[in-house]
Amino acid sequence: MKKQRSVPESSFSRFDLLSEEIVFMILDFLEGNPCDKKSFSLVCRSFYAIESRHRKFLKPLRSEHLTKVLSRYRYVSNLDLSLCPRITDASLGVISGSCKEMLRSVNLSRSRFFSHAGLSNLVVNCSNLVEIDLSNATELKDLAAAAIAEAKNLERLWLVRCKSITDIGIGCIAVGCRKLRLLSLKWCLGVGDLGVGLIAVKCIDLRSLDLSYLPITNKCLSQILELQHLEDLVLEGCFGIDDDRLAAPKLGCKSLETLDMSSCQNVSHVGLSSLTSAAGSLRQLILSYGSRVDLALAVSLQNLSMLQSIKLDGCQVTCSGLKAIGNWCVSLKELSMSKCVGVTDEGLSSLVTKHKDLQKLDITCCRKITHVSLAHITNSCASLISLKMESCNSVSAEAFVLIGQRCQLLEELDLTDNEIDDEGLKSISRCSQLSSIKLGICLNITDEGLTHIGISCSKLKEIDLYRSAGITDSSILPIARGCPGLEMINIAYCTSISDSSFMALSKCTKLNTLESRGCPLVTSLGLAAIAVGCKQLTKLDIKKCQNIDDGGMIPLAHFSQNLKQINLSYTNVTNVGLLSLASISCLQSMTVLHREGFTPSGLAAALLACAGLTKVKLQASFKSMLPRRLFEHLEARGCTFQWREKEFQAELDPKCWKLQLADSE
Amino acid sequence: MDPEERLCADAWAKSSSGRESLNTHSNNRSFTDFDRQQQKWQDSSFHGYGVRTDQQFSGFNRPFGAENSVVPNVNNQRQMTDPHGKQISEAHESNNMQNWDPRAMLNNLSFLEKKIHQLQDLVHLIVGRRGQAMGQADEILVQQQQLITADLTSVIVQLISTAGSLLPSVKHTLGSESSTSQLGQFGGMMNQPAGVSDNVVLQQNNNVNKVEDQSDPTGIFGNEQNFPIEDHEMKSDDDAEEGENLPPGSYEILQLEKEEILAPHTHFCTICGKGFKRDANLRMHMRGHGDEYKTPAALAKPHKESSSEPILIKRYSCPYLGCKRNKDHKKFQPLKTILCVKNHYKRTHCDKNYTCSRCNTKKFSVIADLKTHEKHCGRDKWLCSCGTTFSRKDKLFGHIALFQGHTPAIPVEESKGAGPSDQGQSIEAANKVEQLDFNYKLGDPGRSACQNVMDVEGSGEDPSNYFSPLGFDSSSMGGFQEFPRPLFEDSESSFSFLLSGSCDYPPKNGRYNGSNDLE
Repeated sequence: MKKQRSVPESSFSRFDLLSEEIVFMILDFLEGNPCDKKSFSLVCRSFYAIESRHRKFLKPLRSEHLTKVLSRYRYVSNLDLSLCPRITDASLGVISGSCKEMLRSVNLSRSRFFSHAGLSNLVVNCSNLVEIDLSNATELKDLAAAAIAEAKNLERLWLVRCKSITDIGIGCIAVGCRKLRLLSLKWCLGVGDLGVGLIAVKCIDLRSLDLSYLPITNKCLSQILELQHLEDLVLEGCFGIDDDRLAAPKLGCKSLETLDMSSCQNVSHVGLSSLTSAAGSLRQLILSYGSRVDLALAVSLQNLSMLQSIKLDGCQVTCSGLKAIGNWCVSLKELSMSKCVGVTDEGLSSLVTKHKDLQKLDITCCRKITHVSLAHITNSCASLISLKMESCNSVSAEAFVLIGQRCQLLEELDLTDNEIDDEGLKSISRCSQLSSIKLGICLNITDEGLTHIGISCSKLKEIDLYRSAGITDSSILPIARGCPGLEMINIAYCTSISDSSFMALSKCTKLNTLESRGCPLVTSLGLAAIAVGCKQLTKLDIKKCQNIDDGGMIPLAHFSQNLKQINLSYTNVTNVGLLSLASISCLQSMTVLHREGFTPSGLAAALLACAGLTKVKLQASFKSMLPRRLFEHLEARGCTFQWREKEFQAELDPKCWKLQLADSE
Repeated sequence: MDPEERLCADAWAKSSSGRESLNTHSNNRSFTDFDRQQQKWQDSSFHGYGVRTDQQFSGFNRPFGAENSVVPNVNNQRQMTDPHGKQISEAHESNNMQNWDPRAMLNNLSFLEKKIHQLQDLVHLIVGRRGQAMGQADEILVQQQQLITADLTSVIVQLISTAGSLLPSVKHTLGSESSTSQLGQFGGMMNQPAGVSDNVVLQQNNNVNKVEDQSDPTGIFGNEQNFPIEDHEMKSDDDAEEGENLPPGSYEILQLEKEEILAPHTHFCTICGKGFKRDANLRMHMRGHGDEYKTPAALAKPHKESSSEPILIKRYSCPYLGCKRNKDHKKFQPLKTILCVKNHYKRTHCDKNYTCSRCNTKKFSVIADLKTHEKHCGRDKWLCSCGTTFSRKDKLFGHIALFQGHTPAIPVEESKGAGPSDQGQSIEAANKVEQLDFNYKLGDPGRSACQNVMDVEGSGEDPSNYFSPLGFDSSSMGGFQEFPRPLFEDSESSFSFLLSGSCDYPPKNGRYNGSNDLE
């Protein structure tokens, strides 16, 4: 930067020779880190101007600055307001006034406080809008939907949880937005058969339709399935759909590629087969938490020749059903059976031996399977990229060695709560492509095994060591050194971790999530190192780190300008530390459950000073100590409060904790 | 199960005879030309039995003019009938199972014998009463006599029906219905009041579902339902029998005259000339003209032809010439009942005089139609952008699906209600926030954030109240002041200020966070 600053001295910038298009192309490569572009724009006036013209996507933090920001960035086409908790009609007026026809996409999914009037203003002025996300606007009524209906070019619309919109509003949208390709009506409980039916009649270009949890019946389903281009249909939790009605007409949509029928308890294989009989191009089928996966169901799905992925999470599964799936002519690429009841070695083995192309397998909580299954999986599915097998407690430690021996393409591995030991880890370290490994509650692993991972798996981005008590500083050091791309680490309740681990991790400049709950040896010094080194830090959990105090907060406030979420409960942070955090403009979520060191006035000052807060969890006793009007004011600013009564609980020994967990199940 | 059933049967037996007497009461009062109502009444009377001598019972009787003085009479009767009652129920039960059991016959015979005795007692009682009643008020006397008469009627009816069941020659014309329908049929054949024969039918039904009946306390108010029922009857549609395809000539065609159809009353008192809509009301009225109209025969529903006699089906013709319902029409479709004729004539050939008071547009000639409309008028009005209104949502959506460019219209109330209030609130809230934010940012760049917060206190604005009770003290923030923060400014000067600082870390500022915040 200093070097660049010297350029203007010669009163001639070589960059002037570059055409704007070339600079734009250079800027296109700076997508990775938001700070890079900022640095670029701070170089000189011309760079500042170029960067302003280049930017198309904007995700502002505060609605107050919209006027300034939008006048600087005139060519913004995508506006993501999900970080602004408070968007009023006035803000929407500012947006519609400055963006005009440029704006193509706007995301209001986390914003509140605007009404149909503001929406109408936006839609009328920004006639080129193709994408609107209005999710969570629970207050909006049909009038707002009628306002949306004026956006004639709209192609993608999300209305998740817009509970007050009824068939009438959806009818307006169906008539107005004829170009719709994607529509999500999840949780729009006011919308029924009539509204959805009209959508199916009017919006014939629909590609993707989410009707989860709507009170719809087969009446509108037959209309939906007549849509010529529909590719993605989500019918999760539509209890009104049942076999009787499905069986009657010959349904089926030829273009359908993804069908989600999870939690449709009233649909069995009969309805499903009539639904899928004509859908020959179906690629993904999601039947989670549905009817029993038995022979009949498996046979009924046999003719889906294009099927690549099936999800059966939470279903009851029979051995014959799994065997029948194994006999399908197609070779599945993805299979998910997490929390399935009835998955045995026999069924799973016969399934995986047939589907050799399997790339993703999820057998979380299949507690009956043993090393036999794992042997079959590793033997036949050599191209496995993702394996999730949390809580497969019956698999013996020796079996995990097979993973490293045979599935070396693995990128994602979840071994949480398993019997894996150091030998297994040593073997797994051969999976050099590994980017995410979860070893939470693996009580048999120690530094020795983890060191192998740290040395060999240089592409690791995510590592979870939650409550893996055998881990100390000596294995975190090689991980921090060996995995420079580390983005997320969870060392919660690894009680032996100390500042030296934090010092080492501070070299991982891409680290954005650090969870270190219950690490009593970590002090403010370690946190300061993290703050200085890891500029990308967005989530920090230092709950129950008693040795962290205000001294740790101050460097954090200085350096971690990207921090969005922090949990400070039961640390030694006081008023002063909290107030200093106010200078982190991104900070949105804060949890403080201890009382020591806080005065009502100090807390109030901190809460007021942190202008961007959207979610605050506090000890319940503060509620009575602070004036009600303060909360009213903060809530008007877009902040929500949660109150917790929970008292501090002393930590148990990891083994005790696991036993207690098993007891409570 | 068994003991329970027996218990029920006992309860039933105890109550059976007195119960009938009560029923006859109601007959006397003519409240019961309506079957449903009668049934309710009976239910309630059953309910009242176990506690017949209780206060509850007397209260129960009172609305019908029965005074306490009657109670001994009833008691008396119960004493007499208790043993027989059991036999009745037994007799009925056996009837249910095997219809012509000689033992049942014997039972019936002995029952008859006892009934005759009972009858004799009653007649004695009447004679005795006549002697005693000299000093009492006329009204009470009349009421007592009515009660005794009612008891008498009941016993006689029982006698007749039981005697009828003794006849072996009677065939089960409605075989499957067994003795129930048979008894009912008897009632009809012997010119007994229909209500009474129903009563017998009910006795047997009660053997089956007594428990439910007992739990029906609403029966006491059965008579109150008289009025809505009338409305209901008025409403029955003359189009209902549209599908009926009787071959011409298989029925008798009656045609009423226009005046007759439009006459408000069809039943007239022969004594005073007062008109009534319904025959039953007339009979009620007639009781006021003397005792001779109080006999069960006079109060009974005019007897209907028994189904065994072949009668020509009656159908009606509309007097309006050219009407499809007129017998001279080529495609004549007859009307089923007189009521249909009336409704049809009013709806089709009369002026619509009843206007809906809510919408002031819809008119009706039948008042019941108006009432039906008023129930829905103004509510659930589904409106299309083209101005067409629909009473049903699915019809609106069908319309919109059919036509290009038509949109569902938002009801006026919603647009009125939602708009200004919501907006007002949010604007108000916005002002509040902006005021506060403004206060934060007033400070000079050199001052600490902490001091800026303090500015709020000094501003004298509304938000200052947030702080005044806190006793917020800047000195407690001493530690914080070690880190003076540049305050967030938009101007180019602040921009250059930030540049001049050797930035090892990204400049932090709230105001100028345009680029920092953007991802």
